[in-house]
Amino acid sequence: MTKRLMPMLAALVLAILIAGPYVGLPAHLQSLLYVIFFWVSLATSWNLLSGYSGYFSFGHGAFFGLGMYGMATFATKLNLSFFPSVLLSGLVAAALALVIGALVFRLKSIRGESFALITLAVTFVLSTLIVNTPIDGGPGVYLMGVSTPAIGPTAASSFYYLGLGMAALCVFSAYVLFHSKMGLGLLAIHDDEDVAEVNGVPTFALKMAAFALSSFLAGMMGSIHALYVSYVTVSETFNINVPLTVVLMSILGGARHWAGPTLGAILITLLLNAFTDGSSALVGRVVIGLILTLSVLLMPNGIWGSLSARLRGKKVQIKGDPLSEQSHADPRGRDLLSERTAELAIKGVTPVGTKVVLEVKGLTKQFFAIKALGGIDLKLYEGEILGLLGPNGSGKSTFINVVTGHFSASSGEIQLLGRDVSHLSAHEIRKSGISRTYQIPRPFNGLTVLQNVVLSAQYGGSGASESQGTEQALQWLEFTGLSDKAADLPDALNLHQRKFLELARALAARPQVLLLDEVLSGLTPSEIDLAVQTIRLIRQRGTSIVFVEHVMSAVMALSDRLVVLDQGVVIASGAPKEVMNDPHVVRAYLGDKVEGE
Amino acid sequence: MPSANLLFQALASGLFMGALYGLIGLGLGLGWGILKQINLSHFAWVFLSAYLTYELKTRFGIDPLLCLLILLPVFALLGVLLQAVLAKFSITPFNSLMATFGLTVSVEAFIQLVWSADFRRMNSHYDELKFRLFGVIVTYSEALTMLLSLVCCFAVWWVLYKTDIGKALRASAEDPDIARAFGINASKLSLALSGACAALACCAGVCVALTFTLAPSQIFAWIGVIFAVVMMGKLASAWAPLVAGLVIGVSESMTMALIAPTWAPLVSFTLLILILLMRRSHD
Repeated sequence: MTKRLMPMLAALVLAILIAGPYVGLPAHLQSLLYVIFFWVSLATSWNLLSGYSGYFSFGHGAFFGLGMYGMATFATKLNLSFFPSVLLSGLVAAALALVIGALVFRLKSIRGESFALITLAVTFVLSTLIVNTPIDGGPGVYLMGVSTPAIGPTAASSFYYLGLGMAALCVFSAYVLFHSKMGLGLLAIHDDEDVAEVNGVPTFALKMAAFALSSFLAGMMGSIHALYVSYVTVSETFNINVPLTVVLMSILGGARHWAGPTLGAILITLLLNAFTDGSSALVGRVVIGLILTLSVLLMPNGIWGSLSARLRGKKVQIKGDPLSEQSHADPRGRDLLSERTAELAIKGVTPVGTKVVLEVKGLTKQFFAIKALGGIDLKLYEGEILGLLGPNGSGKSTFINVVTGHFSASSGEIQLLGRDVSHLSAHEIRKSGISRTYQIPRPFNGLTVLQNVVLSAQYGGSGASESQGTEQALQWLEFTGLSDKAADLPDALNLHQRKFLELARALAARPQVLLLDEVLSGLTPSEIDLAVQTIRLIRQRGTSIVFVEHVMSAVMALSDRLVVLDQGVVIASGAPKEVMNDPHVVRAYLGDKVEGE
Repeated sequence: MPSANLLFQALASGLFMGALYGLIGLGLGLGWGILKQINLSHFAWVFLSAYLTYELKTRFGIDPLLCLLILLPVFALLGVLLQAVLAKFSITPFNSLMATFGLTVSVEAFIQLVWSADFRRMNSHYDELKFRLFGVIVTYSEALTMLLSLVCCFAVWWVLYKTDIGKALRASAEDPDIARAFGINASKLSLALSGACAALACCAGVCVALTFTLAPSQIFAWIGVIFAVVMMGKLASAWAPLVAGLVIGVSESMTMALIAPTWAPLVSFTLLILILLMRRSHD
């Protein structure tokens, strides 16, 4: 509903705003609206990277300022006309963003505060460079002589329309991005970047693109604003004011929503404006400061976040039908085998084949002085369930992390269907057909259950379009019995449901190979039965499975073959019964026999 | 090439500047590392304390050091009150930045209401008294700043590493939940720590009043460089902010002496960027 209503409402508001100057909108209101447009543009452009992906930049002033000085340079020193100057200013800002991004976005150490700080530092470095070079040189740059294109009925309306155009462009970009595959990927990065990468999201490329777009828009707004103020100085441009204000506006409005920054920008600009006349200005600032503090404390997710949480609360209440809850928790999982899933299950009944799907040769992983994997050779056949066992710390989790590309291998080869994937990044490995689940479920907590799975369908092996992705995701939710939870946030799920969400997310990528990291741990016996049944169904569909588990009854029931690791090397492999009686295995688990026994 | 004497003088002024950076960064870094709050109002406390010192000295002729003794408990109480309010809300580091930004804006406007936006300079005999050290002229104000900074760092180090409270604080910084499970009363500790941080801000404020011309907008001018100091050093550390402050202070003053004052920020912020880029991640 809101998805159709919002664009119509936006078009209406835009039409009224365009008509404004022609039907006698007073000049002082036009300039107030320009200021609002200005902040809407800056806050919304900031939000494209920072609000969506959680990389809070304190350097928005740098890109805005680069735009200001871009105009000052292109228009006064190079005598370019208005529109090329605006476009070039935006491009210069985007180029700086790409340089910074290329340096920092691959480093795991630069997240959170470090990113905020490094972008702030770039702002001050840039301002020092500009003030000490002919770009400014110290006294500032006058732009009186630059002619602004005349738009609208009066002289004042030019900036009104330029501001409106920028604000509309920024909000439109934010809207489109928010509802796109890329937006979903950025929101996932916000929640858990490592899991996003493992789920097929090309995190580096997305961050670069969002950063460049964000800075491009800020640079263009800056170049227009340079003409509006007509006199540019370093101290007025590169101060802490711009970054702090845009962060504040977005947080107040709600940074995880495309319309949040707009809301925040309008509110804060009006508040600041309400107290501008003379003596009350200072009292006003005291009040504004306190209002900001209170609103951040009372609405930590911003106005938009609080509203949508309230709406969601209502929806859940309506849906909270106790009967459906009960049928869902049917211990024997009859509910699970709906017609649809039974159909899926029959489609691909294959016994263990002779074709090797995954082959690992001499795989090692070294963490500084510790050898976590000491040369592992392993083959997984088509349609096979391979149980991977070993005491705690034997390297099972490291093995999964290396095979899925979260860690790079120190040496050795990983072949998927004969193709070497050991040098691919995690999202490429996911795309080529290896999925995993996490022992402790790591859903994207800000996305709904459905969105969690849609993301995987879109970024995974099948590369589904938006509508296909949703359709496929709904099928996987049905397969795992989570259909009636589709609209909930993962916080509303219990452990068993969260583990099944992990499964649904892994399966939505249509993997050739599925790595299950202790899916059964922490489940009740009846839930384990249900899970074992589900894993059989997955195998029948032709997916080969590596099954890391400590629940021995399930391991013996499911596995076609066992491989046992100890201290990073394979100590036994073969049929389950034989392996479990292997003296090496017994020693690894129980230790050596006591002397003299 | 400037004379050796000039270089020494620049080195000295860099050291004093750095000591002040370190002192301001000390309280901010403690709150950031242990309470997980990026407390912008730290800067507001520093300048409120500076203005109050100015007022007490100019109007009543009270010695700045005596002012410090009077103001310390007042600011400690302010810090405790702030934490008492913040503790009512579960707050992420970034939201704490936002919430305290609002507070800082309020305090800045309040300062401007009371003392106006004009520049204020406190005259005290500490500025007039000077001594020579290795050929470098040092004012008592500068010496006092250095001394207070060293004393505060030592006090923080002693509490953190030589007392049970310090052990509890360091445990809370590492893993607040586990610390709580081991019987550490986190909420009481937080109140005390927040009070201590505000008291450190008060101390820094007196130093600012001794050596600087005051203006309300100055509150925001210090944020960049102090953030750099805090991030370069380890969070929740006693000596790291001082060392980082000295490195930045000296590199700035040397740039001022050798090149030009306007180039000074380049050195410290480039240094900060490089350090952030080269810091290894923990996996």
